[in-house]
Amino acid sequence: MKELRRYQWLVGILLVALFLTGCKTGHQFVKKTEFKDSDKIIISFAGPVDEAWATNVGSYAVYEKPDPDIVLNIKGIALNSERTVATITFAAPLNTGEAHILNTTGIMSEGQDLGAGMLTVKKLYIGVLISILLGAALINNFVFTKYLGLCVFFGCSQKRGTAIGMGLVFTIVLSFAAVMAWALYQFVLKPYQLTFLNIVVFIGLVSLSVQGVDTILRKINPALFKAFGVYLVLVIANCIAIAVPLMLADNEYTGWESFSLALGAGIGFLIALFLMACVRERLELAKVPPSFKGLPIAFVVAGLFALAFLGFSGLSIY
Amino acid sequence: MAIQEKTNRQLFVDGILSENPIFKLALSMCPAVGISTSVMNGILLGTAVLFVQVCSSCTIALVRNYIHPKIRIPTYTLTIATWVTVIDLVLAAYVPVAYKAMGLFVRLIVAFAIITMRLEMFASREPVGKSFWDGMGMGLGFMFAMMVLGAVRELLGQGKLLGFDILGFGPLLYFVLPCAGFVVVGLMMGFFNWIEVVYNRRKEA
Repeated sequence: MKELRRYQWLVGILLVALFLTGCKTGHQFVKKTEFKDSDKIIISFAGPVDEAWATNVGSYAVYEKPDPDIVLNIKGIALNSERTVATITFAAPLNTGEAHILNTTGIMSEGQDLGAGMLTVKKLYIGVLISILLGAALINNFVFTKYLGLCVFFGCSQKRGTAIGMGLVFTIVLSFAAVMAWALYQFVLKPYQLTFLNIVVFIGLVSLSVQGVDTILRKINPALFKAFGVYLVLVIANCIAIAVPLMLADNEYTGWESFSLALGAGIGFLIALFLMACVRERLELAKVPPSFKGLPIAFVVAGLFALAFLGFSGLSIY
Repeated sequence: MAIQEKTNRQLFVDGILSENPIFKLALSMCPAVGISTSVMNGILLGTAVLFVQVCSSCTIALVRNYIHPKIRIPTYTLTIATWVTVIDLVLAAYVPVAYKAMGLFVRLIVAFAIITMRLEMFASREPVGKSFWDGMGMGLGFMFAMMVLGAVRELLGQGKLLGFDILGFGPLLYFVLPCAGFVVVGLMMGFFNWIEVVYNRRKEA
C-alpha cells in the first residue's frame, strides 16, 4: 500500500489530464465533434445515420457560444460512405479559439428519430495551452518579433554560460510572477474596479517576486544562489517581465493560460539569448570594422535573427 | 565632483548630445527598435518619456532627503509607475489611434532603465531646479534619437517625412519593415561611432 501511495500524485495528474482532454459532446449517439482546417466541423456518429437527414443544411444550427444570435452560414455537408462521419463546411472561416454550439434536429438513424442534440465543439484545452506556449516562444518571440527586453538581451549574451543562467532564472521568476499577477488581477483588481492601477501593482509584484526568490534561494541552496543570484536583479530591468502580466490582463487569460504564456515567453527569451551568445562568441574572432565593434554589429546580427524568426509566423499548431 | 560644476544649460545639452540615452548610453533600446518606423511615433513616445522623466526627477528631488537609502529603488519604481499611469490614461483618452499603434510601449516606460538610472545618479542628490534641467535634457535626447531613427526609416523606407511625400518613392522598402529595426539601429550606432573616430583623428592631425 505504501508503495502505491507514492504514486498518488501521478494518478492525480492523470485524472487532471483526462479531465482537461475529455470533451463532452452532449448526445449519446454522437461519439466525437471536432474542428478541421479553419472552416469545417466533423461529427462522428456511433452508427450509420440517414443521408437525407444528415446532408440537409436545415438539420443543423451552429453559433459561437458567447453570441447565440449569430447563426453561422453552412455551405455544404458531406457524409462518408459508411454514413457515420458528417463533415460540415462553412461559408466563412470559423473562430476556432471559441467554443461553438451545434444544435441538431432529431438525429435520424435507420428511420428512427433519436432525439435532438445540442453539441459543443471546442479545441482541446491542452492544445490551446500548447499553442499559447509555442506562440509566445517562437511565433511571437518577445525579443525578435516584439522587440522587448533588449537591454538585458544585449547585456547578457556575450557568453553562453551567462546566457543560459539568465534565461533559466528569468523563466522561473516570470512563471511565478505571472501566475500571481493573474490571481491578483482576477480576484482583487477586477472585482474592486482598480484595473487602472495595473502598472503600479504589476511592477511592485515583479520586484516582490524577485526579492522572494532571492531570499528563498539564499536560504535553501546557497551554492545555486552563488551561481545564479547575479541574474535575479536583472529580471526587474527586463521589460518582458512587466509586459507579460499586462498582456495576460488585457487578454483576460485564465490561470493555466497565464502560466503557459509566461513559460513560453521565458523559453523564447532563453532561446534568443542562447542563439545570440553563440554568434557573439564567434564574433570575437571575426574581423569587424572598428566603428562597428561591440554593440552595433550585435544589433545587425539580431536583425538577421529577426528576419529568420519571421519564418515562424506561418507555423500553426491547429 | 565634475557633475556639480555643470550649469543648467550644460546639463540640458549633455543629455541631448554627449550623453544621449540611445546612441551613447545604449539604454532603453526596445522602443528604438520596435516603433521607430515613423517620425510621428518618435515624437509621441518621446513626449511621454519626457513627461515621465521630468515629473519623476522633480518628485524624487523634492523628497530626496526623506527617502531611506534601503528602500530607494522601490520608491523610484513606484514614483515612475505612478507618472506612467498618468500619461498612459491621458494618451488613451486624447489620442486613441496613435496610442493603439504604440501598443504596450507607453506602459513599458515603467521599465526603462534610463529613467531609473537618472533618478539614482542625479535626482536623488541634486536640488529640484538642476534635476528638472537634467530630466529635460535626457527626455529631449531620447526624443531626438527616436526622431532621427524615425526619419531615417520613414525617408528611406517610404520616401516620406511626417507623412508628407518627399522622394516620391521608397528606395529601401526593407527599412520600414518591423524586423529592420535592429539593423537600422546598428547601422546608426556604427555611423555615429565612425563620425566620432574621424572627428578625433582630424583634431589630432
